[in-house]
Amino acid sequence: MTSILTILGERFGAAILDTVEFRGEQTVIVEQAKAREIIKYCRDELGFDYLIDVSSLDHLGVEPRWELVYELYALGNGAHHHLRIKYKLPEDSKAESVSEIWPTAAWHEREIYDMMGIEFTGLADHRRILMWEGYPYFPLRKDFPLAGRPSEMPDVAFTDRAPLAGGPFVTSPTSASTVHREPRSREMD
Amino acid sequence: MPETIEQHAAYDSKIEGNIIFTKTDAAINWVRKNSLWPMPMGLACCAIELMASGASRFDIARFGAEVMRFSPRQSDVMIVAGTVTYKMALAVKRVWDQMPEPKWCIAMGACASSGGMYRSYAVLQGIDHLIPVDVYISGCPPRPEAVLEGLMRLQEKISKEESSVAHFQTEKAV
Repeated sequence: MTSILTILGERFGAAILDTVEFRGEQTVIVEQAKAREIIKYCRDELGFDYLIDVSSLDHLGVEPRWELVYELYALGNGAHHHLRIKYKLPEDSKAESVSEIWPTAAWHEREIYDMMGIEFTGLADHRRILMWEGYPYFPLRKDFPLAGRPSEMPDVAFTDRAPLAGGPFVTSPTSASTVHREPRSREMD
Repeated sequence: MPETIEQHAAYDSKIEGNIIFTKTDAAINWVRKNSLWPMPMGLACCAIELMASGASRFDIARFGAEVMRFSPRQSDVMIVAGTVTYKMALAVKRVWDQMPEPKWCIAMGACASSGGMYRSYAVLQGIDHLIPVDVYISGCPPRPEAVLEGLMRLQEKISKEESSVAHFQTEKAV
């Protein structure tokens, strides 16, 4: 029985940058240019009919800054296969939406836009979903402080810096050595 | 122990019958505290415990407060139960403004009192930044017994108010 990873490798060749298999979990790291095509192939040909989640990572200080992760699952006929597709995205470029392939991806991508500021081409309703229209920041970026920043939108909402009081231990958002990244009480601004 | 405000004259039921003497303050406060109709601002998990205290085992109806009016125009006390996000904060303020005097506020739970465990960009650190709170109930979530204790503390607070002064004043100081 050929593994999903070998099938993808044969079909897409150079676009598959890496595959990882760990304790039964399969991950494929792909090129940004072919990502949407590979994802569509997984649904149409390989039978991954359920998109579990779309999420994003912020590697602040490393180029390319963003990484998008798609969790796919094959439900039908007791298949129960889980596949993770990742690709990296440079900071100012836009990702391609998969909301034409799975309509549920629309809200996941709106959340990614709201929290990280990654824009999607082909996303029909490109609004914020958790914060309000007009909120000026992208809160889950690594350079946004844990306590938040003050902002004001009259009659809509306002925000303030939350008092951390020497607060939770947080790690430094770079990929430097572990000594550098050791969690300690930091007030970022 | 709250001081007894009612001072009865000598009362003989055969003579006075159904007449008692009391102070206006005492009467008004007694009526208000025993019929506190809540406006349940149930925002998160504390709302479940508020519902539990309204159900039969913990019975908020014993205190006259089972009338959970979801219309602010018809309620006396707003129980803010749950995390107040910045997005919801101005809506809570608008509902509070629509409640007629006399009104009180109970901040139920850690999140409504002080932001709770959410020291974050999206959570208002306590509803007392926006509206005046009379009673803070701590807990995450507070047990229904704690909610009822908070209600009783509010009743004690109301029984000490100078309601007749406020009522008969021509200009009400806000």
